[in-house]
Amino acid sequence: MELNQLTAFQLLKLLKEGSIACEDIISSLKERIQKIDFQINAYVRKDKDIGLSVPYIKEGCLKGIPVAIKDNIATCFLPTECCSRILKGFIPPYDATVIKRLKSEGALIFPLKTNMDEFAFGSSTENSCFGPTRNPWNLEYVVGGSSGGSAAAVAADEAIFALGTDTGGSIRQPASFCGVVGFKPTYGRVSRFGLIAFASSLDVIGPITKDVYDCALLLNIISGYDPCDSTSVEIPTKDFTQGLLGDIKGIKIGLPKEYFIEGLDREVKERIEEAVAELKKLGVVFQEVSLPHTKYAVAVYYIIATAEASSNLARFDGVQYGLRVDASSQEKDALIKMYKQTRKEGFGEEAKRRIILGTFALAHGYYEAYYLRAQKVRTLICQDFAEVFKECDCILTPTSPTAAFKLKEKIDDPLKMYLSDIFTISANLAGLPAISVPCGFTKKGLPVGMQILGKPFAEETILKVAYNYEQHTIWHKQKPKL
Amino acid sequence: MEYEVVIGLEVHVQLKIKTKAFCGCSTEFGKPANTQVCPVCLGFPGSLPVLNKKALELAIKVGLALNCQIQKEIRFDRKNYFYPDLPKNYQISQYALPIALGGFLEIDLDENCKKNIGIRRLHLEEDAGKLIHTEKYSLVDFNRSGVALLEIVSEPQISSPHEAYNYLVNLKELLQYLEVSDCDMEKGSLRCDANISLKKKEDLKLGTKIELKNMNSFKAIKDALVYEIERQSSVLKKAKTLIQETRLWDAKQQKTFSMRTKEEAQDYRYFPEPDLVPFVLSEEEIQKIKQEIPELPQNKKQRFIKEYGLSYSEAKFIVSNKDLANYFEDCFSLYPQAKTVYNWIVGSLMAELNERKKEISRIELLPEEFTRLINQVEEKKLTQLKAKEILKKMLDTGESFSKIAQEESVEQISDEVMLNQIVQQVVKENPKSVEDYKAGKNNALMFLVGQVMRKTQKKANPQIVQGLLKEILDK
Amino acid sequence: MEKKQNYSVDVEKVKYIAHLARIDLKEQELILLSSQLKKILDFIDQLKELDVEKVPPTSHVLSLKNVLREDMPQESLPLDETLKNAPQFKDNFFVVPKIIE
Repeated sequence: MELNQLTAFQLLKLLKEGSIACEDIISSLKERIQKIDFQINAYVRKDKDIGLSVPYIKEGCLKGIPVAIKDNIATCFLPTECCSRILKGFIPPYDATVIKRLKSEGALIFPLKTNMDEFAFGSSTENSCFGPTRNPWNLEYVVGGSSGGSAAAVAADEAIFALGTDTGGSIRQPASFCGVVGFKPTYGRVSRFGLIAFASSLDVIGPITKDVYDCALLLNIISGYDPCDSTSVEIPTKDFTQGLLGDIKGIKIGLPKEYFIEGLDREVKERIEEAVAELKKLGVVFQEVSLPHTKYAVAVYYIIATAEASSNLARFDGVQYGLRVDASSQEKDALIKMYKQTRKEGFGEEAKRRIILGTFALAHGYYEAYYLRAQKVRTLICQDFAEVFKECDCILTPTSPTAAFKLKEKIDDPLKMYLSDIFTISANLAGLPAISVPCGFTKKGLPVGMQILGKPFAEETILKVAYNYEQHTIWHKQKPKL
Repeated sequence: MEYEVVIGLEVHVQLKIKTKAFCGCSTEFGKPANTQVCPVCLGFPGSLPVLNKKALELAIKVGLALNCQIQKEIRFDRKNYFYPDLPKNYQISQYALPIALGGFLEIDLDENCKKNIGIRRLHLEEDAGKLIHTEKYSLVDFNRSGVALLEIVSEPQISSPHEAYNYLVNLKELLQYLEVSDCDMEKGSLRCDANISLKKKEDLKLGTKIELKNMNSFKAIKDALVYEIERQSSVLKKAKTLIQETRLWDAKQQKTFSMRTKEEAQDYRYFPEPDLVPFVLSEEEIQKIKQEIPELPQNKKQRFIKEYGLSYSEAKFIVSNKDLANYFEDCFSLYPQAKTVYNWIVGSLMAELNERKKEISRIELLPEEFTRLINQVEEKKLTQLKAKEILKKMLDTGESFSKIAQEESVEQISDEVMLNQIVQQVVKENPKSVEDYKAGKNNALMFLVGQVMRKTQKKANPQIVQGLLKEILDK
Repeated sequence: MEKKQNYSVDVEKVKYIAHLARIDLKEQELILLSSQLKKILDFIDQLKELDVEKVPPTSHVLSLKNVLREDMPQESLPLDETLKNAPQFKDNFFVVPKIIE
């Protein structure tokens, strides 16, 4: 096997043995990217030359391993543009906390950033100003979104592992479409400092990896209290790789009936049922549960998330950074014209749509009917989970109602696109940890993902279930033919 | 007055703390533009706020001092609007759950009359940056962006420009006593907007509310209100209606002008700030902060009048500065003659301090030393003149009264026999002055007294000298 | 049971919202957005089926409270870092079109 096809765990062993150097890993990745990325488009701004020389890296448990970073996580000296024209050329003068943490453990921040839906607005990575990312399993299909670039890079061995972000499913859904592991930590587990905000009360940063062990490894490094983030929780750190060991006999997992309804693709349903059967063999006890407010989740999400987004994106106005479209300074209202023109040209269609929707939801006269009401229904959704978690340790669902869909299939129908998030959204609304692991393929050869949700801060439990399942199956060893 | 005046004041105060509200940038005044900034107060993408503990404590302190109800749960909200001095195009402020509600400030109307002006609410927010307008473009400096501001909103219970002025004086005094702000309008650490409406006495409903901005001093606020009352009454008298609007005070022209740009009411789309968690205060924590509140100016004034027998204006003056009031009390405890101490402080000491441009808080002259000086003069062992000289020396050198007095051997000469000799000498040496005196020019007498003082290094008792001179000259 | 209110999203409304959001939209975009938003809002209207009168809103999913920091100065950004992304700057300042107040 080539180096780029290995996992971080495997590479760390080789690095320790001394049989390879960090430069060899970079070289292998570079070759792979040069060979196939023109088809996949997992990375952006590829005109930048990936040098082979490795900068000074610290000693640490990830020493020498490159990490691919999504374009909405601030990296000092590396452009961070959220794949949007409005942030063209923006180079942050600081590192996100997760980046600092990776660097302090000797990881290498890969010099190319991964593709994404502009500002994370999307479920297909078709909203990027750098063009869509194509699914390595079938180039006519989407990779999912918004962390599509990260998921594709990992699936196609263009990256060893990657960071993505998840606001409504943006790590899990592309992970399931690409047949890799995607992890959404509990809200507050990983610092958001340096994550360019979409929806502040929903956003998290998380790992996208080839297997569950690498996921636990990466989670170890990025987790932890950060005094720069007021929503970061101070809880004792765990070694998530240690937590993988041990069996899962007697673990109670709930199957919410609202997720197994019409609209769920038949093949997806079958793969999930097979996965459930595997887990039963491993001693897991299943029971049917109910999350009665599931059907309202998408509506709640699209009010709260867009409302917060409309405010978070107000800062992109051409004053301090990014694109500026100048009105002639002699004009009256030159400033307002500058704002309006800059934002008109800088934002893509989906971004504009969400900003308008979000502004509407907060506007005078609509706030109570939309925003406030959505926050109240959010409470009901949280309560649903709390009820179920009284009886169960975890909840299992399909990650997405379908496998990957074709490029452009949903792009003209925003509502249709929003509905593809239905299974992932609730975890963000309730702040819960969740993982997507590959659990098979459709007849067309497209990956299917299984989602496991856990109680707040119970990452260990869901990782253990996922790990046990993975080790008894062969899905994680499959690779697309490229 | 045909119309009743209804005024409310909205005061913004910059908190005197080392760092900004949500980041660790320094709040030092007067630094080069854009050098006290960081990703947080610049609103760079990905940055997050963390509240300054001291800002919260000071805000609670002010709320308690203004007799407000400190809220059990406090939350921040985003106030969304676009402006270049607002880096995120939203301001972190408080809307639904502010720090304090429902208090009052006691203000002095005049010597015998006080009034309580209700405080509607008090909340924390972040300041915006500064804009400088040149001919071709506008420049933005974000040093001030993110500085912690306390917004204090009064009830519309102020009934005249005079009351408004006093409200500000009393509020400033209170805030300075609490050491929460410099309250310097010139430096911008205190800003004030006013709301004013007029109504007929018999009307229950309030009139059209007009907002006034751009007043840079307490006097300007008073003047602007006076102007507005005039303007609004004349409009109403003509049976015309007033437009609800914001008007700017033009200090040069002494007029208010309508702010044309505000055509529509701003929709701030307030919603809870998701990047900050709520704050819940325990009764214990609130009490702890309450303990730190010193005796406040209104109470101190009353006490000074009662305990020290000072007049209203004397008490008002000395209480207006907390350090001055403390110094007064320290001196009184050593020399319990209130009026004497008052006069010495306000007369001689303040003059010396003003000349040296020194604050009383920075004074190194101990009350023990000062009162020793006062004592000597009151016991007539030292002339006023000489005392003033010694005071100057004490302030200049920091040395004790006894040391300097010794150096000057300042015992006042009261010995008439000795003085008579010198008086005789002076009379002999100054025949012209003697003639002038006899001709009715009283100045000549003072001149001769001065000559005697010169010869005695100012130690002679001037009353005695005058008496002796008159005796000789009137013969 | 709350009366079903129909908030219209006509073009005028979208225009006003776009102004609040400081985004310039062409007439065609306004029309398209207006119809798309109407569909989305109709979908969102299902939330009105629920009785939420006694339900408290969730603004924060964590039960975390009182996160504070000490009043201790930290290093600020060097000037060149602050201005390096600025579309237009002069000396120490960010430059914007002239504002007439």
